[in-house]
Amino acid sequence: MNPEIVLKTRNLGKHYRHRWAVRNLNLEVYRGDVFGFLGPNGAGKSTTIRMILSLIRPTEGEIELFGYPLSSERRKALAHTSGLVEKADFYLYLSALRNLEILGTLSGGIDRRRIQEIIDLVGLSGRENDRVKTYSHGMKQRLGIAQALLADPDLVILDEPMNGLDPQGIKEIRDLIVHLARDRKKTILLSSHLLSEIELVANRMAIINRGELAAQGEVEALLEHGEQYVNLKAGPAEKVRQILEEKGIRVRSFDEGTGEFSLDIRFEETADLTAALVRAEVEVHAVVPRRSLEDYFLSITENGAE
Amino acid sequence: MLRLIRDEVLKTFLKKRTYLGFGIILLIVPLIEIAMNLEGSHFITAITRTLARDFFFSGSLFNGWFIAYMIMNSLWLHVPLLISFVVGDQLAGEATAGTYRLILIRPVSRAKIFFAKYAASLIYTFLFVAFLACLSIGLALFLAGRGDLLVSKGEILVLADSDVAWRFMVAYVFALWTMTTVASISFFFSSFVENSIGPIVGTMGVIIVCSVITLMPIQLFDALRPHLFTSYLDLWSRVFAEPVDWEKIRTGALYLGGYSFASVAVAWYIFVRKDILS
Repeated sequence: MNPEIVLKTRNLGKHYRHRWAVRNLNLEVYRGDVFGFLGPNGAGKSTTIRMILSLIRPTEGEIELFGYPLSSERRKALAHTSGLVEKADFYLYLSALRNLEILGTLSGGIDRRRIQEIIDLVGLSGRENDRVKTYSHGMKQRLGIAQALLADPDLVILDEPMNGLDPQGIKEIRDLIVHLARDRKKTILLSSHLLSEIELVANRMAIINRGELAAQGEVEALLEHGEQYVNLKAGPAEKVRQILEEKGIRVRSFDEGTGEFSLDIRFEETADLTAALVRAEVEVHAVVPRRSLEDYFLSITENGAE
Repeated sequence: MLRLIRDEVLKTFLKKRTYLGFGIILLIVPLIEIAMNLEGSHFITAITRTLARDFFFSGSLFNGWFIAYMIMNSLWLHVPLLISFVVGDQLAGEATAGTYRLILIRPVSRAKIFFAKYAASLIYTFLFVAFLACLSIGLALFLAGRGDLLVSKGEILVLADSDVAWRFMVAYVFALWTMTTVASISFFFSSFVENSIGPIVGTMGVIIVCSVITLMPIQLFDALRPHLFTSYLDLWSRVFAEPVDWEKIRTGALYLGGYSFASVAVAWYIFVRKDILS
């Protein structure tokens, strides 16, 4: 059985005065996905998300949410969708609770019990009566996610939710996203240029560059397109080179500053190499497999990153 | 819709800037009224000096009605500034704060949000004008008591004490109608700028330019003058005449209503099509 498509864009485009910010974009997000939406800064991610959340009118193309066209059935289309667009801005002079109550009214009326549940979920219990202007950036981001969850949407769209957060804040938001996807069965569209974060949580993804779709599909399948190699930090360098030649391993590059080799082998083959290096009394400091989404992402965008 | 309006009113009245206008009125009205009360009959003497040779004025023409009338005359060009200070922030304030991104992604139409905000603006305008009316009339009557009202506008008219209260009531209704137009124009500017200063500057700019055209005795502007809303900013004062020219008042009220409608219609058209880039 085909999975249900909760978000579909068809030939979506947005033209500003002298340029296309997004063009001919066809996305498909399935129910249950954690869908990574990647692209370098200025690639068109936020413009796309703003169009999906009806903040921006597309110049061309269509958006369907849960089968409802956004252009003609906006209320139904957005009934099960919510999101956080860029940084979380609130009415700073109001408390978090009051902010959520006001936004709850706009979402069709959310009772106090549900609001409290969401506050607990994002870890803001005890601070809900404080004015938002006293909140740290991380707390505002969590409150931003809270407002997105108010109406218990099926699709949650998060636009760069980890921007500007410290490592602890990033971990908290990441854990929350994983919890929402795994335990609460939410479909999540997550845009970010923190590619390692996407790699940690997404099962499907799309890469956008210069407003156009560069790739879309299962994360694992897309990764197969990326080259696999290993970074080796070991010395002395001459001895390492000699062993690599004996084993017929090609050196992609060597960084004299760090003493790091980049080798054309699969990670599975490193055990044999490491053993040979140790036998030859070479000091092995690090063996790091490189097959990351970031490499794939960079390979796609290296000529186009803006 | 009522809950949306309630929330917009709540948002408006939980902002400090909303009380700035009330604070200024609370400061300036008692200041003027107490000062006038201390100066006393100098005002009346100055107005009646040229007529004193031919007429005899009996009783005290310096009273609470006179002070309240002078307050209306002196403040009526400043009140629009205070109205636009709050109303101009209704839409532009959301853009400045970035909160459009929170409210316009909800499954409620932009039109509903727009009209809830407009309703909150009108409620603020009503409360502001009502506050001004209650404070200026109440304090003036408390300080100087009642009496016949001396009105000087080109000619001198004395209105009997018993004939004044209803005129103030009707005058403030028309004042509210005028300020509704000012609020609507401010709301219009608020719909397409992304800072709170723009609507204030825009509204006051329009008032100043139109007022200059209205007041300058230049023939070229004669045809234009009757169609400018500033020609009717003092609509309220026409109630203090004998007889009251209701036809002129009706025309003025219709022009002001037309300006309000046009401002809100254009603002709505802009708002529902606006790309939120803030």
